[in-house]
Amino acid sequence: MFKAVKTQLSYVKRALSNICIVGAGPAGFYAAQHLAKKVQETQIDIIEKLPVPFGLVRYGVAPDHPEVKNVINTFTKTAQLPNVNFYGNIELGKDVSLQELRQFYNIVLLTYGADKNRSLNIPGEHLTNVIPARQIVGWYNGLPENKNLKINLDVETAAIIGQGNVAVDVARILLTPIEELQKTDITHFSLERISQSKLKKVYLIGRRGPLQAAYTIKELREMLKLKDCVTVWRTKDFDNIGNDIIEKLPRPKKRIAELMLKSVKEQENLEQAKVFSPVFFRSPVNILGENCVNQLELAVNVLKGEDISSQASSMTEEKELIDCELVISSIGYKSHSVDLSLPFDDKKGIIQNTKGKVDVGLYTSGWLGTGPVGVILTTMSNAFGVAENIIEDIPKDNLFNTEKPGFSGLNAILKEKNIQIVDWTGWEKIDKYEIAQGEKTGKPREKVVDIKVMLEIAFS
Amino acid sequence: MALNVLRQTVKVKNLLFKTISFRYASGVQPLGQPELNKKEIDITFVKANGSRIKTKGKIGDSLLDVVVNNNIDLEGFGACEGTLTCSTCHLIFPKEIFDILPSKASDEELDMLDLAYELSDTSRLGCQIILTENLDGLEVTVPATINDARS
Repeated sequence: MFKAVKTQLSYVKRALSNICIVGAGPAGFYAAQHLAKKVQETQIDIIEKLPVPFGLVRYGVAPDHPEVKNVINTFTKTAQLPNVNFYGNIELGKDVSLQELRQFYNIVLLTYGADKNRSLNIPGEHLTNVIPARQIVGWYNGLPENKNLKINLDVETAAIIGQGNVAVDVARILLTPIEELQKTDITHFSLERISQSKLKKVYLIGRRGPLQAAYTIKELREMLKLKDCVTVWRTKDFDNIGNDIIEKLPRPKKRIAELMLKSVKEQENLEQAKVFSPVFFRSPVNILGENCVNQLELAVNVLKGEDISSQASSMTEEKELIDCELVISSIGYKSHSVDLSLPFDDKKGIIQNTKGKVDVGLYTSGWLGTGPVGVILTTMSNAFGVAENIIEDIPKDNLFNTEKPGFSGLNAILKEKNIQIVDWTGWEKIDKYEIAQGEKTGKPREKVVDIKVMLEIAFS
Repeated sequence: MALNVLRQTVKVKNLLFKTISFRYASGVQPLGQPELNKKEIDITFVKANGSRIKTKGKIGDSLLDVVVNNNIDLEGFGACEGTLTCSTCHLIFPKEIFDILPSKASDEELDMLDLAYELSDTSRLGCQIILTENLDGLEVTVPATINDARS
C-alpha cells in the first residue's frame, strides 16, 4: 500500500534531474531501461542522430534474422515509459556540442556506437568493387548514407576479408536464394540487384586458423544448411587439428571445431551449387586490377604461440593469388570522437573509460566503450553494468545536486538552428508507413531510406 | 508425468482409430482445454544475489512463459522472445533435475548456450523447458546478467 502511494507520487512530482543518452541503439535502450527502473524522479532523454530509433538492431542485424529484432518490443516499452523520451534527428557534435549537453543534463551517457570501418591499408584498396562490408550491410538494411552504394554483382567470385559474423552475414545474404530474401525487410533496390547477381563463389578469408575464427556456431551452421550452396573447406587447413587438441578445448570452441571437422569430412563439390569457401592462414597484401579489382594477393601465414586462443599469425614469404572481381573488407568497426575533450583511443577506436565512466557525470556504454565485439547479450550486460555504476556514482559524485534544465535547454538551441525533432509519435508514423509499404509486396516492412522523406512522414 | 502418458495414449489411439475417431471425441476433448491446463506447479527462481522468487507455472508452459506471465523481475530475460536467437533466458538446473528434463537440448539451443555467461554442464534455455508435473517444486538458478562493464 505504502509502496503504491510512493510510486504514484514520483510521477506527480516534476522530474528534478535529467539524464541524456546519446544513441538509440541496444546499449542506449538497455541503459535507459535499467536507469528508468532504478532511479526515481529523473527524466531520461534518448537522443539519436537519425530520425528513427534502434541503431544496429534496425541497420546491422541481417534481414533474414527477424527473430533477433524482437528486442525492439522491449525497447518500445522503455521508450513509452512516462519518464523516458526519444528525440530523433539530433546529431551530437553538429547540432549540439558535448559541452552544451553536459550543461543541460546532470548525466550524459554516450552510446553512439562504432560507425566507421577499419581499412585494410594495402595497395589497391581504392579500386572499383573493393567495398567495406559495413557499407554493404547498410545498403541492404536501408541505412540512408548507403542507399546509393556502387556495387557490381555481375561477377562470379567475391572475396570477403575477415571471418566475423558480419563477414558471414554478408556472404549469406549474397548467396541466399532470392525467393528467401524476398520475404524479409531487405531494401527493394538491393533485392533487385542481388536477384541479377552472377555470383557463384564467395571466399571468407582469415589470417589465423579454424580454431581462432571469429564467427559463432549459429552463423556457421546456417551457412552449412544454406539452400543451393555448398561449403568447401581446404582440407589442409585442418591438418594440425587432431582429437587431442579438440578434447582440451572449452565447450563452445570444441563444438564449433567438431562442426567444422564434420563438414570437412562430408564435403562434396556439387557442380550446380554456389560455393562458400572459408580460407585460413592468409593475410591480404595487395589488391590487383586496372580500374576494377580482378585478383587478390594473399600472404601465407603460420601461427605462433602456445595457447590456442591467443596464437598470433605471422606472415611467411610464400604468396597465393586468387581471382575475384569483388573484394569486401570486414575487419572490424571503430568509433569516432564527437568532441576534442573526449579521451579517445584512436588505435582501439573507443572512448577510454573505467567501467563506463569517462569523467564526472559523463559515461559511455556499448561498442563506443568496449569496442565492436559480442552479441546483443554482451551489449545488454555492459549497458546494465554501466547503468548500475552510474546509480552508485549519483550520491558519490553529487550528480543530482545541481538543478539543470534538461530537454528545455536543448530544445531552445535546436529551435534556434531550425532542427526538426522527431519524437516517438513521429517514429510511430514512420513505422506504420514502412509496414504498409512492405505489405504491398509481401514483405514485413519496406524501410524509408531518405531522411527527408522520413521527416515528411513524421511531421505529416 | 501421468498426464503426459495419458496424452500420448490418446494420441496413439487417435492414430489407430482414425476412421472411428468420433467415438473418442468426448474423451479427447478435455485435453488441452482449460480444465486440465489449470494444473499449476511451484517454481522458485534463485537470482545471482541470492534472492528467491517463488511463483507458479502452468503445465505445458515454458519457463520463459512463467517469467513473462507472472511479471517476474529478471531484467533482460527472454530478449528474443523464445525464438532461439539469444541466450538471455539462460538457467542453471540442479543436476538431478537436469537429468530428468522432458527434452534434451537441440544443437540450436546448445549453439546459443555457448554464448552465455557462466555456462555450466546443467545449463538450459528457459524458453525450451516445458513444464511437466514432475518438475513441481523446481528451484532454478538465474545467472547474473550484469557482468564486468569492461567487456
